[in-house]
Amino acid sequence: MLPTPSTSHVSFNNVYEPAEDSFLLLDTLSSSTESNFLRTRFSNSHTGQNESTEHNLGAPLILEVGTGSGVVLAFATANAIAIFGRSDLLTLGTDINSFACQASTKTVQTAITEPLAHLGHGKFLDIVNADLTTPIRSGSVDVLIFNPPYVPTSELPDLTLHDTFNTISLETSSTTFEQDSHLLALSYAGGVDGMEITNRLLEQLRGILHPERGVAYILLCAQNKPNEVKERIKNWGQPWAVETVGYSGKKGGWERLQILRIWSACSIR
Amino acid sequence: MKILTLNFLTCARKACKATNAAFPLHPRDAELEIVETDLNPLFIRNILPRIEWDALREICVELGLPTLPDAAPEPAALFAEPIVPADTMQDADEGAEKQPTQLLQDLHRLLLETTIATGKLVCGNCGHEYAVKEGIANFLLPSHLV
Repeated sequence: MLPTPSTSHVSFNNVYEPAEDSFLLLDTLSSSTESNFLRTRFSNSHTGQNESTEHNLGAPLILEVGTGSGVVLAFATANAIAIFGRSDLLTLGTDINSFACQASTKTVQTAITEPLAHLGHGKFLDIVNADLTTPIRSGSVDVLIFNPPYVPTSELPDLTLHDTFNTISLETSSTTFEQDSHLLALSYAGGVDGMEITNRLLEQLRGILHPERGVAYILLCAQNKPNEVKERIKNWGQPWAVETVGYSGKKGGWERLQILRIWSACSIR
Repeated sequence: MKILTLNFLTCARKACKATNAAFPLHPRDAELEIVETDLNPLFIRNILPRIEWDALREICVELGLPTLPDAAPEPAALFAEPIVPADTMQDADEGAEKQPTQLLQDLHRLLLETTIATGKLVCGNCGHEYAVKEGIANFLLPSHLV
């Protein structure tokens, strides 16, 4: 089993604490089926031999949307060889919460300086403070990972307040309770069916993923109506494909959480 | 934030994303900081195919960094043949590792070690300025611009 990155420096007053959903993502990415899928897809073997080859596809870009504590991106970065079969990959994150951006940066940096990670970690770029994938260049992402705010709620956090809640005010020098509640709500509140934020991400997905190499891992809970979500993705048509590749909390045929893999099934070579 | 990160970012406004002017974002009033990191020559080689070279050149000019060549270097320009004393020439090709060239080292320094600590990133289409503070860029838009 690959080690879980440390998040002991993170203040969970305003940043989502790693929980069952985060750990399901770690387990799924490092499962033999997914690492085989990813290794085959991003195999670098034919580029290592001959430097003049035309087939050098370049280092893959891994993007995590909504990094929170950073535990998932740190895991993917630190275990790049084990999961993706190569260490020449780039990892990038976004989060709407600036405190989460700072926390994740530290989590990833700590994970890749662990002695065991030294052999096979990828190159961490940055975490940017952003709404989902809005500042990411079209078609540039090879692997996207998203653990969304998926809890059904009657309303979403009021974003008109976000600007003031996203920084520490000069007078107080620490965050307020109201501020922390707002920031934490952004990490879990999903609105109708818990799908309002995930639906926005799904709308952005085909524009952001590389049209041939792109793969996304998106976590859903049972209340998100995962079968309906999968049907919608199937209706995207070629080359997009979708499959459930990880689940947890199986009870009487109900998976409480599941992870969809959405990928472009273009034949690359 | 690293200079290489700019290779993957555009303006966050939907109306801008479709235009060519929204990439690259233009650094302004940038305070640069060098953060050293291990040199991985193969990594630099494999990152090159991902780089929008003209955009990178433009960013270097705007930051007042040394000018890059007109075109992206060929992989062969990144490695030099090892220097081998004449009397061992016979086996020179076997097992001798190629040495990273100055160009490769310069690219490493530029892409992975040069960071924007504070400053702004400006969209060439709408002129919106995104702030960078403590190395983290803020791409959140005021609600009237979303």
